Amino acid sequence: MSPAEQAQIRRAARNGWLLSAPALVILALAAVGPLIIVVVYSFLLPGKYGNVVWGFSLDAWRGILFTRDIFDGTLAWADANLTIFWRSVKLSILTTVFTFVVGFPTAWFIATRPPRGRALWLFLITIPFWTNLLIRTFAINEIIRNEGLLNTTLMRLGLISKPIEMIYTDGAVFVGMTYVYLPLMVLPLFAAIDRFDMRLLEAGYDLYASRWQVLRRVILPIVKPGIVAGSILVFVPALGAYVTPRILGGGKNMMIGNFIELQFGQGRNWPLGASLSVTLLVIVTAALLVYVRYANGDDRNGR
Amino acid sequence: MTTARPAAAGTAIEAARVVKEFGQGATTFRALDDVSIAVREGEFFTLLGPSGCGKTTLLRLFAGFEMPSSGAILLKGEDITELPPNKRPVNTVFQSYALFPHLSVAQNIAFGLVMQGRPAGEVAAQVEKMLALVKLESLAGRRPAQLSGGQQQRVALARALAPAPRVLLLDEPLSALDLKLRKEMQIELKRLQTETGITFIFVTHDQEEALTMSDRIGVMSAGKLQQVGTPRDIYTRPVNRFVASFIGETNFLPATAVPGGVRLATGDVVALPGAPASGAVTLTVRPEQVRLVAAGEAGSIAATVRALVYFGTDTHCHLALADGSELVARLQSPATGDAGLAQGQAVGVTFVPGAAQIVGD
Repeated sequence: MSPAEQAQIRRAARNGWLLSAPALVILALAAVGPLIIVVVYSFLLPGKYGNVVWGFSLDAWRGILFTRDIFDGTLAWADANLTIFWRSVKLSILTTVFTFVVGFPTAWFIATRPPRGRALWLFLITIPFWTNLLIRTFAINEIIRNEGLLNTTLMRLGLISKPIEMIYTDGAVFVGMTYVYLPLMVLPLFAAIDRFDMRLLEAGYDLYASRWQVLRRVILPIVKPGIVAGSILVFVPALGAYVTPRILGGGKNMMIGNFIELQFGQGRNWPLGASLSVTLLVIVTAALLVYVRYANGDDRNGR
Repeated sequence: MTTARPAAAGTAIEAARVVKEFGQGATTFRALDDVSIAVREGEFFTLLGPSGCGKTTLLRLFAGFEMPSSGAILLKGEDITELPPNKRPVNTVFQSYALFPHLSVAQNIAFGLVMQGRPAGEVAAQVEKMLALVKLESLAGRRPAQLSGGQQQRVALARALAPAPRVLLLDEPLSALDLKLRKEMQIELKRLQTETGITFIFVTHDQEEALTMSDRIGVMSAGKLQQVGTPRDIYTRPVNRFVASFIGETNFLPATAVPGGVRLATGDVVALPGAPASGAVTLTVRPEQVRLVAAGEAGSIAATVRALVYFGTDTHCHLALADGSELVARLQSPATGDAGLAQGQAVGVTFVPGAAQIVGD
């Protein structure tokens, strides 16, 4: 290679970096930068009126799991926090599973329509995105609250004598999140099912597999990338959900997102909010690592 | 498994007066029109016909992917019309192979056995045996995407043969292969069929494939079964014009029946015992059964050489008869010799005794 050519390659590499510089700057400023600030804040002390006071402390990290007794200063398990963590994880997993159970037949239905009908169905799936999340969530609130559409109708019909308490329960949050995140499950599933070769179904039936076995042994393993993508797209935002639990769960059925917001707002404990944020990030990352590894490992060894 | 083929065998699978219609109302398409066929135990049976003739539909009825509109499918005399594909001891080799992309070669072959709930040891042993049968032992761990077309074809065969079905259905399995590979697989298929003794029903539109591999052929056209017989039967005694023209090349000459033979439009009489007493008929004769003699020789039909087309092993001589009708003679070179022929030359034409025959329309 001549020196001129080497120079050319070096120049191309340098130009490549230069061209991606705007994106890199934005990434550094908008993602890595704030993350570093959050990590740093989690090791500082809370200020009296919010903000932070400089001074190293592990209190915020301790505060995730323990509370200090006001009188004797002993540490005890912070049951409230644990309840919030558990509720967040439980509701997120439930939402992911349920959106899959509902989303899979939906995606299958759309993928097996003739091409023209398919476009219409996909369009219908995306319509909810046109409306602000807050408004959609309030719409659900309007349906399920005590004087809401559902209770009023049931009472008018004489099926119930007093309203069923649906709003401000874990169930309400679950319903709301399922509604909000369902399209995020349907779309990747559709993409995977659309690529699925339907002739394999006949091959499966022909080789003595029942409908259930064809689903389990042929369809699900082949559309697995879509299932993984859909699950991640639902689970990750569900775990950090803020608006839905706030409006449908009320004050008492908080999820991690609301708990973090509380620390930065009324709680005036920014370091705890920061340590909780980092914890959420770690939980999500760990969950994804385990999930993806499990999914791939199954692929290697499974029949 | 490797039992000898019984000489006089019973019926393996049967279609009884099967009608299959697709669509509703005015757009109804009749894919199969009152088809009855009985395939014998241990036989290599070929369904031959042009595309759209209903041969694949018939195969799908045997497999259970489609239900007949009327009529019945019988397996060893037992009505299986209502039985779903996964309950029929019948396996299919698909035109597209339809191998499971997420499974290895060995797992693909094991699939049917596992679904049948066979014990693991038996499955492993049978997979080994099948891999050996199709000579793919070294590729057991590969995924279908890592195989060539011919190898995928062999995996599809092994997968369908592994559960030892009563009947193996093959839906144009060789159509995706190039010519050389196709020839190899024809021999391979025939070997597998002989070794396993399983009844094969092979669907193809390739008449040469049908002639070389089959014990019997069923020729189909427009949803109807035209003729069933051995390759020799079908080739030498076609029942109608369609069969005669679809299997191999042939000549058709309009003629009139006269006592003891037929009179061509040229006025020449061809002796043909067993011909009808009178009426318009069509005479057919294969190009290789047309002989050229010197012009004016006794008993010959006068003709003129229109064109000579050289094919290497033989030469096709296009002839015009006195009334303008055309005839092709296939002259084997050098045995028959075409050295003396030239375009425009007057010659005499005779038919090999017994070769010319009358066909219906």
